[in-house]
Amino acid sequence: MTDAAYPVRTERTRLAVAGARATTRSIVGDSERSGRFGNLLFVAMLLLGVGTALVALSAIIVWAYVTGRPLLSTDLLTNYPSTVNPRAAGYRPAILGTVYVISGVVALIVPLGVGAAVYLEEYADGTKWWNRLIELNIQNLAGVPSIVFGILGLAFIVRGPISLGFVAAAGSLTLALLVLPTVILASREAIRAVPSSIRHGSLALGATQWQTVSRQVLPAALPGILTGVILAVARAIGEAAPLLLVGAVTFVTFDPRFFDGGYSVLPVQIFQYAGRPQEDFRILAAAGVLVLLLVLLVINATAIWLRHRYEREW
Amino acid sequence: MSHAYELVVSGVGAPRPRRTLEATSPRRGEKVVQASLAACAVLSVLVTTAIVVSLLTPTIGFFREVSIVEFLTSTTWAPAFARPSFGVWPIVVGTLMVVFFALIVAIPIGLACAVYLSEYASRRVRGVVKPVLEVLEGIPTVATGLFAFFFLTPLAKQILPFLPWQGPFSIGVAGVAVGLLIVPLVSSVSDDAMRSVPAGLREGAYALGANKLRVTTRVVFPAAISGVVAAVVLGTSRAIGETMVVLIAAGAGNPNLSFDPTKGIQTMTAYIGGRATGDIAMGTIVYDTIFAVGTLLFIMTLSMNMLAIRLVRRFREVYE
Repeated sequence: MTDAAYPVRTERTRLAVAGARATTRSIVGDSERSGRFGNLLFVAMLLLGVGTALVALSAIIVWAYVTGRPLLSTDLLTNYPSTVNPRAAGYRPAILGTVYVISGVVALIVPLGVGAAVYLEEYADGTKWWNRLIELNIQNLAGVPSIVFGILGLAFIVRGPISLGFVAAAGSLTLALLVLPTVILASREAIRAVPSSIRHGSLALGATQWQTVSRQVLPAALPGILTGVILAVARAIGEAAPLLLVGAVTFVTFDPRFFDGGYSVLPVQIFQYAGRPQEDFRILAAAGVLVLLLVLLVINATAIWLRHRYEREW
Repeated sequence: MSHAYELVVSGVGAPRPRRTLEATSPRRGEKVVQASLAACAVLSVLVTTAIVVSLLTPTIGFFREVSIVEFLTSTTWAPAFARPSFGVWPIVVGTLMVVFFALIVAIPIGLACAVYLSEYASRRVRGVVKPVLEVLEGIPTVATGLFAFFFLTPLAKQILPFLPWQGPFSIGVAGVAVGLLIVPLVSSVSDDAMRSVPAGLREGAYALGANKLRVTTRVVFPAAISGVVAAVVLGTSRAIGETMVVLIAAGAGNPNLSFDPTKGIQTMTAYIGGRATGDIAMGTIVYDTIFAVGTLLFIMTLSMNMLAIRLVRRFREVYE
C-alpha cells in the first residue's frame, strides 16, 4: 500500500500517465498551470469543509468547558436537584438514574443483539424470504427516529401490554430497543470478518455448529462485537428524546429505584435545567453537558482504541 | 478406499460394526440454540410490528374524531385550544425548514470531508480525521442543542444584526445545528461509496492524462453518485427525526405557519417531545395527536430509509 490510500499507482500507470500527458500537451498546448490552480482551489475547499467540521466539534467542547467550569466540582455529582438554588443543585439522582437505565440496556442488548447477529450470519439461509424480511427490517429500524421509540415505549411498555409504569425499567427497555439495530449491524460485521476457513476447520474436526460458533467464531469476533456494544451504550447514555415520553422528566429529589418510583437521567436533567429562566441554571446545564461529554469521550476513545488494538488481518 | 479397508479388516478378524457419518445423538441442544437465536432475530420484526400497532391504534381513533382532510389541508395547528384546529401543516413546515438548513450545512461540509478522506488524505491523516468525525457523531444531541441555543443563536444575532430576530428561539439556527450533527453521517456513507469505486477506473482516467481534480470530480464522484445520494437521503431522514436540538433551539411553542428562519417554529418532533413533558390525560384527543403526528413522522422517515437502502444496494450490485 502506498501512503495515499487511493489510487494505488503502479509504475506502469505512472509511465502511461506521463506519456499521455506529454502527447496531450504536444497537441493541445500547455494547460498545466490553470489545472494546477483549479486543483489547489479544490483542495482548499475540501480542507475548509473538513476544518469547519473539526472547528464545530471543538467549539461545542470548548463552550461547555468555558460555561460550565465555574460549577464543576464533586458537589455537582453528589447534590440533589433544586428549583430555587442553582448553586447548590446537582445531578445525583440523574446520574444514578443513568447508571440504572444503562445497566438494564447492557443486560438486554448483549444477548439479544449478538443472538440475532449470530442467527443471521451463521444459521439463516439468506435466500429465504423471511430471513430477507428480518434483514430489511433491522436496516429500517436503525433509521427510525428515536422519538418514535419513545411513542412505542409510552404505548407498549409504560402502558398497554407490559404496563411497567413510568419507571427506570421502562426507560431501559425503550433505549435497548432503540440501540438494538446498531448492535446487531456491528456484530454481524464482526462475525462476517471471521474467515470461513476457521469454521470449516472446526466443522471438519467434528465440532457441531454451535460449538464452532461459540468456541471459534465468537471469540474471534469479540473485539468487533464489543466495539459495537460500547458505541451503542454511548448513544444510549446521550439519548434524551425517547425518555421524555417514558417518564424521565419527573422532578426527582431522591435516589431512584429500578422498578418503582420516578427517575430521571443525565441528559434529560440537563434539558430541564436549561429550560429555567435564571442565568445560573444555564451554567448548571453547561456543567452537566461537560460531565456528559467527558464520560462519552472516554467511552468513545475506549471503543476506538479497542478496535485499533485488536484489528487483525486474516 | 473405505471399501478396501473394510475388506482388509474383515480378512484379519471379526467384522467391525460400520460407523456411519450421521450424528450419534439427536443433538437436541443444537436445535434449542438455533431456535433461541432465531427468536432474537424475530424480535426485531416484533418491535416493528409493535411500533406500527402503537402508532396506528390511537391514530385511527384520532381520525374518527378529526377528518383526515382537515389534518392534511388546514393550516392552523392548535390542538389544545378551546376551539381546537388540527391542520398539521405548520409543524410540517417547521420540520422542512430544519431539513433545508441542515442540508445547506451538511451537504457541502459532509461531501468535502468524504472527498478529502477518500481521495486526498494520506493514511495517517485519515487515521486521525475519521475517528474525530466519529466522536462528533457521538456528541449527545442535548449538548448540540444547548450549544446552538446559548452560543450559536447569540452569535448569529451579532453577525446578522439586520435580520428581524424575535426572542431567543430560531428555527434557522436549529437547522444549522442539526446540519452539524448529520455531517459525520453524510460523510461516512459517501466516503464508503467513493472508496468502493474500483481503482481501475481511476487508473484508466489517469492513463488518459486527467489530473487529480478531474479524476475526482468527473470519474469517482459520478461513479459513486448513488451512494452519495443515499448519504444525503439518510441525512435528511435523520434531520426529520431530530428532536432535542429542535426542542431546545427552536422552542416547543408557536405553531404558526411561517417561513421566517429567525423565529422559533415548532416541528413535528418538538411537538411530540413538548406535549410529552406537559400534563396530558390519556384518552383525550390531544393525547392522540402525539400518535397521529408520530405516524406521519414514521411514514416520512421510513420512505426515506427505504429509498436509501435501495440506492446503496444498487451501488453494491454494480461494483462488488
